[in-house]
Amino acid sequence: MLSALWQYFLAVSVWPGLLGGAALGLLYLWIVRKLSARIQGRQGPPFYQPFFDFIKLLGKETVVPGGIDRGLFVVLPIGSLAATTLALAIMPVPGNPAGSFQGDLVLLLYFLEVPMLCDVLAGYVTRSIYGQVSAMREALLCLAYNVPFLGAVVAVAQHARSFRLSDLQAAPSAPVTLLAACAFLLAIPARFKSNPFSIPNAEQEIVAGAHIEYSGVPLAMFELSHALEVVLLVDLFLVLFVPGVGTAGQTAALYLGVSIVLIALVTAIATVTARLTVSGAFRFYWKWGGLAAAAAIVAAVMG
Amino acid sequence: MSAWDKLLAISRRKSPWVYRVGAGSCNGCDIEIGPCMTPRYDAEQMGMLLQGSPKHADILLITGPLTKRTRQAVVDIYAQMPRPKAVVAIGSCPASGNVYEGSPLVDGPVDKAIPVDVWVPGCPPRPQLILAGVAQAARLLADGRTASQRKPAGQTEERPTC
Repeated sequence: MLSALWQYFLAVSVWPGLLGGAALGLLYLWIVRKLSARIQGRQGPPFYQPFFDFIKLLGKETVVPGGIDRGLFVVLPIGSLAATTLALAIMPVPGNPAGSFQGDLVLLLYFLEVPMLCDVLAGYVTRSIYGQVSAMREALLCLAYNVPFLGAVVAVAQHARSFRLSDLQAAPSAPVTLLAACAFLLAIPARFKSNPFSIPNAEQEIVAGAHIEYSGVPLAMFELSHALEVVLLVDLFLVLFVPGVGTAGQTAALYLGVSIVLIALVTAIATVTARLTVSGAFRFYWKWGGLAAAAAIVAAVMG
Repeated sequence: MSAWDKLLAISRRKSPWVYRVGAGSCNGCDIEIGPCMTPRYDAEQMGMLLQGSPKHADILLITGPLTKRTRQAVVDIYAQMPRPKAVVAIGSCPASGNVYEGSPLVDGPVDKAIPVDVWVPGCPPRPQLILAGVAQAARLLADGRTASQRKPAGQTEERPTC
């Protein structure tokens, strides 16, 4: 039996943390690029493309703009990557050596907001006008998509009467699970920053979003952190809404299948829609997202 | 050559991210770059992506004869790109000035301002030729044969602090 320290070390560095998460995240990003290319009638990039993009960025020079806080510039991508890695390590997915503990859902929700905060700070720190516009949009959008997102999580936690992820995972399916899953799904495109909610990173429109001044290793870390964030949200969806079956191996296969369907769904929506304005996204999330969240919470409290 | 260097070389060859700059171009060459990303030519198959920021780019695509007004912008954009980087000059204008040759407003050819690695001739060149130019620039990046990689260590160009 491994000591607790080793268990956490393995969970953070290998699976479901950095190494396994990165492999899965790059796979998801490839599916996104390949599928959107196929929908547009193109061939799309080969399987290894996101991996080579990442390695290439590691080998590039890092250009730090003049007149900004150098320390903060470097710390932000590290913070973003560390938060997503640690969040992955506490996900109770099959094969996680570290156990679930009381209150880990609260810790997870905190970690989930760190990449967003790092992006917002990165936009302001680099003093690029486009970065600042992107940071402002991201901060605003977070007030919108968190309505259905937190509503869904709170409803499931109320249903399971616990803030422990393994309890939420083991909670029996009920009408509230379906309603909360709908609310959660509404929030996912904005969390992925994909169309129609690609408002903060709006390529072409505000050049390159909050990472506009980043290059080399810090940019690679931001890209990896985004890949891990995608894995994290997919994992959270699986843990909250997909009931496990039989052995751990069968559950893992089911999880992988559902996650690929989820990624394909988000990609298909992103490919066939155009970008909304911030006010349009706000209206959508407070109206429909708020409605879904309210329905899920009411169902949780009644049931 | 270590395993890491080999992996890095393959990555550089397989992942050319490009940034476009028009240095007084008539727009003919710019219009020919667009189709490279469309279903007919689909440059993403070879890893090519258009980037909005020069700091994310590996390859600079430059069109036009380099007018006096655009010269400083081109020099600044080149300086902002992180090394290693390559420059592909699209069309006849960057090389010779083409129909603008002798104009008092033109300050070309482009390689007087920034080092050019690949010349793509034509007025305008077809998208296939532009793709071939980008692929060749990516190979130069992988082999360490671009102007940015040949420079002796320690010698850096000036960077604008903006």
